[in-house]
Amino acid sequence: MNHGRRDTPHTPDDQGTAADSHTALRLEAVRKVYRLGDDDVVALHHADLRVGADEIVALVGPSGSGKTTLCSIAGAILSPTAGRVVVGEQDITEFGESELSRVRRESVGFVFQAVNLVPFLTARENLLVIDELGSRNRSAARARADQLLDELGLADRASNLPSQLSGGQRQRVAIGRALMNEPSLVLFDEPTSALDTQLGEKVMELIRHEMKARGTAAVIVTHDERMTHYADRVVHITDGVLAA
Amino acid sequence: MRLALQEMRRRPGRFVTATAILTLIALLLLFLGGLLDGLIGSATSAISGQTGDVITFSSTSQSSLPSSRVGGAVRSEIAGVPGVERVGGLGVTQVGARVPGRSERDLVDVALFGYELPPAGLGVPPDRAKAYADTSLRAKGVAAGGTILLGPARTPITIAGFVDGLRYGGQGTLWASPETWRVVQAANRPDAASAVDVFQAFVVRGDGSVRAAELARRIDDATRGSTSSRTTAAAADAQPGVEQQRSTFNQIIGATVGVAIVVVALFFALLIVERTALYGVLKAIGARSRTLFGGVVTQAIVVSLLASAIGALLALVAALTVPAGSIPFSLSPARVLGTVALLVLAAILGCSFSLRRVLRIDPASAIGTAS
Ligand SMILES: Nc1ncnc2c1ncn2[C@@H]1O[C@H](COP(=O)(O)OP(=O)(O)OP(=O)(O)O)[C@@H](O)[C@H]1O
Ligand SMILES: [Mg+2]
Repeated sequence: MNHGRRDTPHTPDDQGTAADSHTALRLEAVRKVYRLGDDDVVALHHADLRVGADEIVALVGPSGSGKTTLCSIAGAILSPTAGRVVVGEQDITEFGESELSRVRRESVGFVFQAVNLVPFLTARENLLVIDELGSRNRSAARARADQLLDELGLADRASNLPSQLSGGQRQRVAIGRALMNEPSLVLFDEPTSALDTQLGEKVMELIRHEMKARGTAAVIVTHDERMTHYADRVVHITDGVLAA
Repeated sequence: MRLALQEMRRRPGRFVTATAILTLIALLLLFLGGLLDGLIGSATSAISGQTGDVITFSSTSQSSLPSSRVGGAVRSEIAGVPGVERVGGLGVTQVGARVPGRSERDLVDVALFGYELPPAGLGVPPDRAKAYADTSLRAKGVAAGGTILLGPARTPITIAGFVDGLRYGGQGTLWASPETWRVVQAANRPDAASAVDVFQAFVVRGDGSVRAAELARRIDDATRGSTSSRTTAAAADAQPGVEQQRSTFNQIIGATVGVAIVVVALFFALLIVERTALYGVLKAIGARSRTLFGGVVTQAIVVSLLASAIGALLALVAALTVPAGSIPFSLSPARVLGTVALLVLAAILGCSFSLRRVLRIDPASAIGTAS
């Protein structure tokens, strides 16, 4: 468990070499092939991507182009068929199931395309789940959950169940959950797709604010070109091939 | 684990069915267990209530009191065995008793014991022609200070007081001095009458230096096989019919526990199928399989504890409403605790069939677009 980072969240080069501390994510020649019955579906061809330590990268591409696949590999949820994946200072390419689980618990945050909150927990409890799965520091986690909910404008919705929240509020709870473990990298899979343009822009603004305030790196998937100006850099993906 | 408990609190409805079924199973288990304990208690508690460590019968008796005879020679052999502290004679005669207030033909079956070492709940034997009565005889009209007439000879015995939980062969018991017992036996069962130093068994108290089983072995060695000695508990179990009763009931209890395991297994298998998406998400945000399965086990334990508690309460109410003496039912704390432990074990075993299912859930299942 990485208590060091928890205590000093904004230290620019806590542990690791100088070169690594400027990189939140590195994908090298990553390839992902899904087996579908007897067919092979190549979702990622040869992806090379480097995301700086506090950089926000927008990943833009049409449906089925491999955006979710790339995020999932970067988020230690999927293993690549070939290539190398480095998250922060850890080369996770060869990691087994339990090590990948630890990376998800400690190093990355993930906002799913389909929000995916725990339906029987309140907004606040959905954030606290992260603590229960991980380091178990109840009082620190409570303080952090309250602070996040406040920043996300959900202070008065803390004790509502997901079913009692609007789509945008749910999206914000999911963002809060992704930030609970103080990750060095957060992956947002279409955080605005379910929202109208106005609300989408507010959420993007919020994401940018939260990332920049913490110096956290992010990959934001979107197929909406209008959202890309919230990112530092835009990477396009088409049929599993990346292009700047 | 917290998550599992939160789910139970927020969605109690999901667990009602399983809890209800397990409550019925707990009730059934307690009923069967209480009946078994009641039956065995009413057959043998006069023996298991002896305060000695070992009971010595004659070797040909198969540990049955009526057919056992042990005399003064055996007594001195036992007394000489290292580790033996005290030896007390025990004799019994089963007769019909005429109880005041009951009709002349309405005899109450009793077992009159003559004892030297007092069993649990009793002091030294009462005076001549007096006896302590087992409390189960109260329901038959036996009262303290009253006199009842034993056997065809109508030997009068005055009740000196009551003692709880000493029954023999399904009958209430009377506890008297060896002399009183011999008088009753000689008057009513002249064929069985025995010499002054002859008893049916000896209750042997050890000095604590050896274990009871070892003491029993030493005694039988010392008498060169003319006796058959058992620990007090084993002697009670060796009474005719006890073993069969116990094994029959335990088979039914075992089958019931089997049903409980299947119920829990099915219930949690279904619950986990329903939760596949949720577990996928939790794994994707870093939950270990072990944490998730721990939650399942926690829920199974809570459900079984809840069911046991309600079941025990219902069984207790049932035990209190059943009129005394109508059925031999005895609900001991040990039986209740044992049943709870059995049910919790069944719950853990039952939900562990779902372990593989939990392990197999892929965190990648969370990344789809389906909500
Ligand atoms: N589990 C899977 N099994 C087989 N093929 C898959 C699987 N998941 C994704 N694919 C395929 O891989 C390709 C990339 O899918 P991916 O989900 O990464 O696309 P996406 O860019 O996120 O699309 P969208 O914008 O619709 O979410 C698609 O052709 C898809 O059909
Ligand atoms: Mg997608």
